[in-house]
Amino acid sequence: MDEHRLDGNAAAGSLGEVFSFEVTTAEYACGGCGRTGRLGGAMVYEVRELGIIVRCPSCDHALIRMSHNRRRYLVDLRGTRYLTTGG
Amino acid sequence: MVAVQPRRLLWRLAEVVDVVPETSRTKSLVLEVPGWERHKAGQHVDLRLTAEDGYQAQRSYSIASAPEDERLVLTVDRLDDGEVSPYLTDVLMAGDKLELRGPIGGYFAWEAKDGCPLLLVAGGSGVVPLMAMIRHRAAVGSDMPTRLLYSSRSFEEIIYREELETLAARDGSLEVIHTLTRSRPKGWGGYDRRIDAGMLEEVSWSPDESPLAFVCGPTPLVESVGTTLVSLGHDPAHVKTERFGATGG
Repeated sequence: MDEHRLDGNAAAGSLGEVFSFEVTTAEYACGGCGRTGRLGGAMVYEVRELGIIVRCPSCDHALIRMSHNRRRYLVDLRGTRYLTTGG
Repeated sequence: MVAVQPRRLLWRLAEVVDVVPETSRTKSLVLEVPGWERHKAGQHVDLRLTAEDGYQAQRSYSIASAPEDERLVLTVDRLDDGEVSPYLTDVLMAGDKLELRGPIGGYFAWEAKDGCPLLLVAGGSGVVPLMAMIRHRAAVGSDMPTRLLYSSRSFEEIIYREELETLAARDGSLEVIHTLTRSRPKGWGGYDRRIDAGMLEEVSWSPDESPLAFVCGPTPLVESVGTTLVSLGHDPAHVKTERFGATGG
């Protein structure tokens, strides 16, 4: 699979297609290791044409998986304990 | 309840006003964007190219211009095996149109009113969003103490070299420190190695002064500088990172 490593900041445009809040400053808690941080500082893998996976920079756990096909999106947030926004 | 961003990012058509060579590998695209709303220094835009067969390629590029500047400027590094950047640097001409959306991102962004001494650390074209901060700072007449530690492979590959020199010469609160990792001109007196803990300790303020650090460059540099700053005692919330991975250019 053609995976491209990006940055949480670079994925903000794509994540912004489904989330109405500013994603880069949203704080996540990783479901794997418990680390908290801003999504802008997380790692992102873009799987060409299919979607993106946001990973925890500490443990590589998948925080958010988002795939899209035309205008249909699938968002999997299992790997995130919570997201807080507004900070 | 939450900081709602009610607007949806819309794709819009920008017109290329000028293409300015910066180094042998980088060019600045000067764009006219109808309805452009003011960005914050450090933010980026997404560009989308569509081929005749409908195939689309999308990439993110940092904004190089200050929010105060009349035109939007992106500086693009040409990646030889890239899908998008060779088109932007080699083919695009004034008068061409580009699909763009933005400004995007609130995390890796700085406004002069944010306060705190600024520590900017760049590797290669990672200097682009940091240049927007330096230009913003100059445009509003801020005297916030600012240091840019900038790693380039060679003297010729330093982007914005002359502008940085000019800005630092007339503003005592801005310091620009270069390190050249591959080749150096004769008599080079600056750093000549990759950024390491010793260099960061020499260049940065002490953690007691609560500097705000923005680190941008290739992923290994960003990971290493970010980790080192935290281990030197800097507050992780004050160390903001933006990585340029192998994004396919």
